[in-house]
Amino acid sequence: MTRYVDEYRDAGLCAEISAKIKDISRKPFNIMEVCGGHTMSIRKNGIHKMVGNNIRLMSGPGCPVCVAAVSDVDKAAAVSLTDNTVLCTFGDMMRVPGSKMSLITARALGGDVRTVYSVQDALKYAKAEPDKMFVFLAAGFETTAPTIAAAIIQAGSEDVRNFSVLSLLRTMPRALEAVLSGKPARIDALLCPGHVTVVTGTEMYRTIVAKRGVSCCVSGFEPADILRAIYELTKMHEASEPGLFNAYERVVEENGNLSAKRAIDEVFEPASTSWRGLGVIPLSGLKIKEKYSDYDAEKRLDIKVQESAEKPGCICGDILRGARVPEDCGLFGKTCTPEDPMGACMVSSEGTCAAWYQYGK
Amino acid sequence: MKKNNRYYTRERVEKNIITLEHGSGGKISHRLIRDMFLRYFSNGMLNREEDSAVIDVPGGKAAFTTDTFVVKPIFFPGGDIGKLAVCGTVNDLAVKGAVPKYLSCGFVIEEGFPGEELERIVRSMAEWAGKAGVSIVTGDTKVVGRGEADGMFINTSGVGVLESGDILGAERTEPGDKVIVTGTIGDHGIAVLSKRKGLDFESDIYSDCAPLNGMLSDVMKNADGVKFMRDPTRGGLGTTLNELAGSSGKGIIIEEKDIPVKEAVRSACDLLGLDPMYIANEGKAVLVVSPESAVKALEVIRRHEYGKDANVIGQITGEDNRKVCLRTRYGVTRIVDMLTGEQLPRIC
Repeated sequence: MTRYVDEYRDAGLCAEISAKIKDISRKPFNIMEVCGGHTMSIRKNGIHKMVGNNIRLMSGPGCPVCVAAVSDVDKAAAVSLTDNTVLCTFGDMMRVPGSKMSLITARALGGDVRTVYSVQDALKYAKAEPDKMFVFLAAGFETTAPTIAAAIIQAGSEDVRNFSVLSLLRTMPRALEAVLSGKPARIDALLCPGHVTVVTGTEMYRTIVAKRGVSCCVSGFEPADILRAIYELTKMHEASEPGLFNAYERVVEENGNLSAKRAIDEVFEPASTSWRGLGVIPLSGLKIKEKYSDYDAEKRLDIKVQESAEKPGCICGDILRGARVPEDCGLFGKTCTPEDPMGACMVSSEGTCAAWYQYGK
Repeated sequence: MKKNNRYYTRERVEKNIITLEHGSGGKISHRLIRDMFLRYFSNGMLNREEDSAVIDVPGGKAAFTTDTFVVKPIFFPGGDIGKLAVCGTVNDLAVKGAVPKYLSCGFVIEEGFPGEELERIVRSMAEWAGKAGVSIVTGDTKVVGRGEADGMFINTSGVGVLESGDILGAERTEPGDKVIVTGTIGDHGIAVLSKRKGLDFESDIYSDCAPLNGMLSDVMKNADGVKFMRDPTRGGLGTTLNELAGSSGKGIIIEEKDIPVKEAVRSACDLLGLDPMYIANEGKAVLVVSPESAVKALEVIRRHEYGKDANVIGQITGEDNRKVCLRTRYGVTRIVDMLTGEQLPRIC
């Protein structure tokens, strides 16, 4: 794991960068770290305590589990409780509450729910058990979408009839727009999701810099990566010169990954999607194209669920937009805990509220 | 019936698999008990084949514990469900400061379970019971239908003798007491996970499953000031420390850089998105000792086969907040919370 990970965890290096940040940071500075993976790394390593008192790190909506709508979970639970149907899902979706139950409860009630580490596992199961329909619950952003697309293409070419995908896939550009154009919390800069950008390339951030004057820095996930990205953003902020910087050059290229993008375009098209806490955002989700409707669980199965509302008192929307923090919420730590999550930000271990609860302020 | 070379030998097939007959209590049951369990576990009390074993408990107190083992897969690098069942219960007694003496053993076996695998497990239990110096003095065997037990479940209960006067407990811990862990964390959970169907990654990680009673009784004898011990099984070190903080009503601070973790375990955890702090250990103990005895305690532990990587990882603080705080390698602190639910199912 050296050369890509270990040296970016070096305590000495991190101390150096932390000192440099504190040295140049004068103005109040609000940075939104969009990605759940960044939230976790920051909280787990205590990075938010290493940037001095002027910089505030705010968590954004880049957690696909957190932003999965209540009706998404209800659909998944309904699928699992259907005869001869198996729901395959990433483990972190298991505990998300639906309107009546989570997937853990659905499984305990006899629903066939299997946790998998990759969509390929679901495809393997489908081939091994042809008398059941295997539905893969695709939660994720642009990082995950190419592998799902590839699996659908593969299922097509191998004629695997009992495999389909329930797409909860979402994309970043429109969500970032929604967050930046929402009610004001001043967001001065974005710490951009490293692995999403591996796929998409940096184009969408150029637009944000140009249109909104918000600096963007693409960051990796190790402590030194994040600190360096914060340093680059601070430099731009202090100079009042918003710009774009790629601090994850070892894996991110400006144009992204062309074959990944092609795979996504081949299988998916943009669709309006409901984000837990943010409402409906146009063209922010990925829907399976008509030509692949054989692999679209929404078309293959008859899944009807009601639209449901957020719990009263839940301010996840404001938290996801960076307008407020978990402590502002009357439910935080009282009726809303990781064991009994009320809203988006607590349901996933990467959510803002879950991270605050687990790691402390 | 499937034609499978493993079962289709020259001997009758019935000799090679466990059937409902073996749990019925009749002649076939008795034959299994005699040929399998008594053969390997043999001791005076067990051989009497009575409903209860009568054991001697010297004047004073006895420690009593129970645990049920449902690990999947049944055989994993570094051990098997039988070894786990013996060591797990032995360790639960040892961390209370008791000398483990007697175990009971109850099997629930699924119809169709291969006889040679059962024999491997029983042999393993006998081997490790011998190494730990305990006798299996009473037992029970049930067989349930296909699909009703997923292979095998084992329950072991254990009785140990408390020799020293002071009983260990969380309430005895005080600010300034040192927290010691007897070796690397996360080995067992990752070893088991590496062999789960669908994961199958190559690794050099072996379960640390081992009987700790020899090592821990040495520490108790040679280092005054041991106040609390626990083995961090399900839920790992993070959970055990939280339980300690909760029971003692005190705070704990630990240093990330001092927690021993094998490189291979760390890499596997990185790959799978897991935290070694919460992964099960089956051959490790957490001790809280007075500051004056920490050096000696560490020395005694490190002399042992199962304690070579032991380290002081932190201490009890003066705060009564029941929180476990970690100072990261970057010098800043954050909370180590209890897990909500399971990180890994059926790990022990």
